[in-house]
Amino acid sequence: MTMQATPGRLVGQRVRRREDPRLVKGRGNYVDDMKLPGMLHLAFTRSDVAHGIIRSIDTSAAQAMPGVELVLTGAQLAEMIPPMPVATPFPAPDHHSVTPDRVRYVGEPVAVVVATDRYLAADAADAIVVDIEELPAVVDPERAMSGDPAVIHDAFENNLAVPLAPAGTGVNPATLEVEDESALNEAFEQADVVISQRILSQRLVPNAMEPRGVIARFEPGNDELTVWSTTQNPHIARTLLAAILGMGQHQVRVIAPDVGGGFGSKINVYGEDFVAAAISRRLGLPVKWIEDRSEAFMTTIHGRDVLCYLDLAATGEGKILAVKMRLIADIGAYEMVLTAAIPTLVAFMISGVYDIGVVRCDLTEVFTNKMPTDAYRGAGRPEGIYFLERGIDMLAARLEMDPAELRRRNFIQPEQFPYTTAGGMVYDSGEYERALDTALANAGWEQMKADRDAARAEGRLVGLGLSFYTEICGFGPSAAMPSVGLWEHASVSVERDGKVRATTGVSAHGQGHETTFAQMLADEFSIPMDDITIVHGDTGQVRGGTGTFGSRSQVVGGTALLLAASKVQDKMRRFAAPMLELQPADLSFSGGMIGPSGREETGVAFADVAAFAYVPIPLPPDTEPGLSEEAFWEPEGFTWPFGCYISQVEIDRDTGELELQRFVGVDDCGNVVNPLIVAGQIHGGIAQGVGQAMTEEAVYDEESGQLVTASFMDYAIPRARDLPRFELDHTVTPSPLNPLGVKGIGEAGTIGSTPSIVNAAVDALSGFGVEHIDMMLRPEKLWRLIQGGDA
Amino acid sequence: MIPSAFEYRRAGSVDEAIALKREAGSAARFIAGGHSLIPLMKLRLSEPSVLIDIGRVPGLSGVSEDGGRISIGALTTHADLESDPLLLAVAPIVAEAAGEIGDQQVRNRGTIGGSLAHADPAADLPAVVVALDAAIHIAGADGPRAVAASDFFRGLFEVDLGEDELITAVSFDRPSRAAYAKLRHPASHFAIVGVAAALTVEEGVCTGARVAVTGASTHARRLSAVEEALTGSRLDDDSIAQASAAASELGDVNADLAGSEEYRRAMTRAFTGRAIAAAASR
Repeated sequence: MTMQATPGRLVGQRVRRREDPRLVKGRGNYVDDMKLPGMLHLAFTRSDVAHGIIRSIDTSAAQAMPGVELVLTGAQLAEMIPPMPVATPFPAPDHHSVTPDRVRYVGEPVAVVVATDRYLAADAADAIVVDIEELPAVVDPERAMSGDPAVIHDAFENNLAVPLAPAGTGVNPATLEVEDESALNEAFEQADVVISQRILSQRLVPNAMEPRGVIARFEPGNDELTVWSTTQNPHIARTLLAAILGMGQHQVRVIAPDVGGGFGSKINVYGEDFVAAAISRRLGLPVKWIEDRSEAFMTTIHGRDVLCYLDLAATGEGKILAVKMRLIADIGAYEMVLTAAIPTLVAFMISGVYDIGVVRCDLTEVFTNKMPTDAYRGAGRPEGIYFLERGIDMLAARLEMDPAELRRRNFIQPEQFPYTTAGGMVYDSGEYERALDTALANAGWEQMKADRDAARAEGRLVGLGLSFYTEICGFGPSAAMPSVGLWEHASVSVERDGKVRATTGVSAHGQGHETTFAQMLADEFSIPMDDITIVHGDTGQVRGGTGTFGSRSQVVGGTALLLAASKVQDKMRRFAAPMLELQPADLSFSGGMIGPSGREETGVAFADVAAFAYVPIPLPPDTEPGLSEEAFWEPEGFTWPFGCYISQVEIDRDTGELELQRFVGVDDCGNVVNPLIVAGQIHGGIAQGVGQAMTEEAVYDEESGQLVTASFMDYAIPRARDLPRFELDHTVTPSPLNPLGVKGIGEAGTIGSTPSIVNAAVDALSGFGVEHIDMMLRPEKLWRLIQGGDA
Repeated sequence: MIPSAFEYRRAGSVDEAIALKREAGSAARFIAGGHSLIPLMKLRLSEPSVLIDIGRVPGLSGVSEDGGRISIGALTTHADLESDPLLLAVAPIVAEAAGEIGDQQVRNRGTIGGSLAHADPAADLPAVVVALDAAIHIAGADGPRAVAASDFFRGLFEVDLGEDELITAVSFDRPSRAAYAKLRHPASHFAIVGVAAALTVEEGVCTGARVAVTGASTHARRLSAVEEALTGSRLDDDSIAQASAAASELGDVNADLAGSEEYRRAMTRAFTGRAIAAAASR
């Protein structure tokens, strides 16, 4: 099956998103748009200190307010629901939806109010008096590892959530024992050059446009719970809600209506969701909770916050011999669903796109008095690629070698695929040099270098940065997440009028599945897109699913849909065959007709076959009536998209302000179903990468543990005027692991952009002896480097 | 992000607004565009029990000129200032500074009177009105009065405005050469440092200078040492650099994530130079 633009086919075309008219006209349906009869509202009282022991909670004033139906403290809720679930194999401390005894980060809920009105609920939550005996807070992970000045969970000595998880050469993957360091030691002894650098991928706030929200409706009459949630994965949410509430999955329905972005932050089921469900069950009434923006900053998961001590060994010709990363992940105060797993993805990325004989990645995860981290767009891959690509650029500078040439010398070659890295990852396909050459040509790399040198001669601080990324995508197989599985489900029904209703277990929250999946089915059945409805985000309508994250929707969800469609096509051929007095195998779909291959126009109309399938007189032998099929599909391995990003920056000598002047990108995500949507994903991803590089950093006060950047007045996500026009292109290297040949593109932009921009900034300041700058590239930090001080 | 309960009153005239305020007392606040007050209310950092909306009081909006004196009504929005043909022609510094405020939505709602009355230490327009030697026109129960902009701003969120008073207009003489230069906070777009310079130049020599800074300290204030250094000097790169150097001699300077004290002093110097150079080239 080819996925390039072919005349008469929709796959490969820049089809505009069908979702947009309703969303931009305000006709979407978000959780907060819904009002149910009798619905009550929740508000949470939250800790305003980072660490402490709850001495008392006085709820009397709140309870006395007319319209306040119920007030519950964490201790009372702990008797109603158990601690929250974790889907990782590491030991985790109890994490209650509302803390019963001790607070460990600013914003942690300590009590909940149920009231007839949202404003009243907020007033009542404010009226609750919490007496907390403050303990010292610790927000620096390296300090936390000493156990001083605070141990956050008594059972986790020195705040070590995951004390040490080594991976790579010389490590037994089953026991995580370091068995043989000789190859590692030998590589560093043989090296002509060793690069060593401490590098931070700083903490970020995901900031989906729509904050979190939940409506829970327990119906006492039939013991059924329906939850409307801003989730990215309603089926996982159903599994976790049922488990925590002690209900069967058949009693729980989770609906994700229109969801305004997630970036990974809406994978988790949060404490507020469990509390809403438990309170609805207790009261027999629907309850709603909508997060406000302050809560979103403080209490929706954060991303990244991984520190790397990088060592890279190479020959004088630039051949990389070994890469070593010692990682310290600051995971915040608790483990959430995937918290502990995300930093392990950093280790998976350690080889990047290079043929490196020896790799070693030692990971330590540390508790601090901050909001827990979890998956944020890219989730582990931006960190890993950033650390490696910074090291590669430092090596290029040290060797005075063109950074493109250095990378070229180390690329894994096309004939080496499938390629197994020294860390045991299996890459599906790749042709890196083609993407590099395309990017260099599109950018005019040699001219850019000449222009940079000319600008430098005038005293201007112009810099160029290049990065090359790959990423692990298209999650599963299930072995990668045994707690829930990583397959996908789809169903396709052709109704009796020839219209198609398909369901998918992936759950779009901005990805445009209603468009791309309809494009695919329109081609398969050769009918108009308008005749096709894609249903997602409702466990009551979608029989199975895992969800949308890890750039897996097109790869896994798309393939499942294709397989379900193919089953329906087979069945339609069986119905059409007697109508045409031909064999099913001779029939194909074209122009709204089913007929002999190549002469479909002489066959029968698609809709007529559909009608016959529902009134089959006579019923063809060994055939059930109706046209509805489903498919589960699980990939055998990960897909590995890749690409090359080139940045040009200029730094203002007086102020340290950095301007991103050019951004040239070449992405290879295999075959492309909808180039417009793929471009949108890349644009958004790059913008978030620009944010991490230049404007975003979640900062906690070292002493008080307060989140200093707790609003959009302090935390800057990039605006349009901060961004240049992106100059984008593609190469196409299909994945052999799925019939669509797709690889996934949802996160790529965040991965390659940060090293590209930081490499450019370092290049711009190379005249000042600068070798590395930690993100974010604050103007003051750059100004100090220019002044010759410390960054 | 959920404000406390409050009562809402709408005033139809300045006199009615003042009467409503006197009646409601100190827990009441005037509101116009609301872009300073409402964010504070959402965070419950401000919990007025009564809001008196002056946003629709007639006659308080627009820009006019009378005999070389320019007058701007207090309810004129930043967006209106930004695109006002008269300002663009005769006092482009005001339009420029207004155009640098926040983003388009903020500029569509925020008003000059609100910005001056609120007196955020990093707001743009206070520096501009101080540099232009503007008069702030104030209405109150005891009748109207006017105060010089440089006397109006007194400290952190502290201005010369009584409990029951409100700003009705700002007026200033048509400036000769004036410009505003600003280092923008990446998130809020407030001024990390903003400098407004208004110069009088005769045959290349600066015969008068008013330079004011915002963002650097508690409130917008004049940089007298810079003004003195400029006055009488022939304007060129050297003299501008020399005069700007005097900008470092600020008193206490703000420090936060966006800029340490040292950085803000350096940026005050740099943007003083930029504002003077831009003004000189007008």
